[in-house]
Amino acid sequence: MNTPARRRFISVLAGLAAVPLLPVRVVRAQSDPFAPLVREFTGGAPVAAGRVTVDTPRLADNGHSVPLRIRVESPMTVADHVRRVTLLSERNPRPVIATFHLGPQAGRAEVATRVRLNGSQRVLAVAHLSDGSYWSGIAEVEVTESACLDAT
Amino acid sequence: MILLAARCVFVWLALAAAGSAAAQNEAGIARRSTVEVISADARALPLPLKSGIEFSGADIRATQADDFANPGMLWVTRGEKLWREPAGGQSKSCASCHDDATKTMKGVAMRYPLLDPGTARLLNLEGRILQCRERRQLAELFKYESDELLALTAYVRLQSRGMPVNVTIDWQNREHFEAGREIYYRRIGQLNLSCAQCHQDNWGKKLGAETLSQGHGNAYPVYRLEWQTVGSLHRRFRTCFSAMRSEMLPHGAPEYLDLELFMAWRAGGLPIETPGVRR
Amino acid sequence: MVARVQLPRAAKRGEVIEVRIAIQHVMETGFRYDNFGRAVPKNVINTLVARYNGVQIFRAELGSGVAANPYLQFYTVAEASGEIVFDWVDDEGRTGSERAQLAVTG
Repeated sequence: MNTPARRRFISVLAGLAAVPLLPVRVVRAQSDPFAPLVREFTGGAPVAAGRVTVDTPRLADNGHSVPLRIRVESPMTVADHVRRVTLLSERNPRPVIATFHLGPQAGRAEVATRVRLNGSQRVLAVAHLSDGSYWSGIAEVEVTESACLDAT
Repeated sequence: MILLAARCVFVWLALAAAGSAAAQNEAGIARRSTVEVISADARALPLPLKSGIEFSGADIRATQADDFANPGMLWVTRGEKLWREPAGGQSKSCASCHDDATKTMKGVAMRYPLLDPGTARLLNLEGRILQCRERRQLAELFKYESDELLALTAYVRLQSRGMPVNVTIDWQNREHFEAGREIYYRRIGQLNLSCAQCHQDNWGKKLGAETLSQGHGNAYPVYRLEWQTVGSLHRRFRTCFSAMRSEMLPHGAPEYLDLELFMAWRAGGLPIETPGVRR
Repeated sequence: MVARVQLPRAAKRGEVIEVRIAIQHVMETGFRYDNFGRAVPKNVINTLVARYNGVQIFRAELGSGVAANPYLQFYTVAEASGEIVFDWVDDEGRTGSERAQLAVTG
């Protein structure tokens, strides 16, 4: 029977069916988790990808201590050198891991350390050069949980 | 096939007869005769014998090999200082009696755990250091797992680095050895697994992303990335016990000392690597 | 704080040398809880400065994302014989210092 209530019900159903066709916000590629942090670091200046290499193991032995090396291609002269490099984490609770201040006296723009990574993620190193430009390099690390519980 | 079965039954009967005469040692651990059958046939060692470093990733291997990057060396540095630090009623340091550790402590760690002839106690190296501190230096004891005890133990064991683990099982420590072996093969905890089931039967296979090692203690005290600090072998036992959802025994427990003796025998020939680096 | 420093004992003038430092420090993140359920307060080495004959050659601002018992490796150009001094401070205000001598020839 085609009652008004039944017609209303069907039209509501039809309305619900149309919902998946509405534009849905694509959560993934469009929002770069590093973007706001990098903006803060560079004050809005553009960052070019390149000249910076981040060496890490592809699979970390343990997320508590992951060896990491940052290298920036630079002659490290008074006229052309790396002023500082900042290391950013994609998933750590505090995204800025460290900042290293170098200068022409360094001779080589290279720093190595060991970092904590809170799960599989990418790490981004942003270098600020003496001419004011910014360059970046990225690395991806897989971090797994320990196989066994440790209550000690 | 029938002869083999008959031989096994004969051995079992013989051992059962011997075993029933003293079914429980002083630690109250019942000795099960069936365990004797397993080990009567073969030494039941994982072959080839491999140190835990061979089951570790490339970065851990590189870190252990680099004496500066190895975080355990920070404890060794502390241990070197503590060795020369006077303590106790007569302000004696370890060096007061033992002089230069790089000479006098060479090879010492190879023989541990051992029976202290004076007290008839089974001592591991930590126990020996604590005994010296108490009876010779008349000084306050370090707590087990304290930075100081870990540092001194690591420093002393470092002097035997590269030398093979070499404990002798004889009539004097046989009971401790048997007790230790019994624990090794005993299922524990809610997971109901024994040490042997992972480290004897399944070493080399994967547990999650990790490769099971043979479970040797030759590198201890070790800088374990999971702990973010240096820890003792007994801490590692406690880790495993908690992993099996079993109650953990305290550091220095007689059961852990017995187990340490059995494991030292089992690791015989492997080089001491202290301070090791593990995940 | 136990700390170790490594650099070559001697270098030629103008040579780029490798400098390493390792410090025993828990680098407490502030995200852990003790057995009583209380948050363990954050305490990390937040700043480390290296000076060569009084001139800053390296400065690191570290956070809880740096692993416990921090290890740092960097480079500097050997200029004149002298001392490289490392100074660091953690969130609790505890300071540490280490120094090493460098002989520069030529």
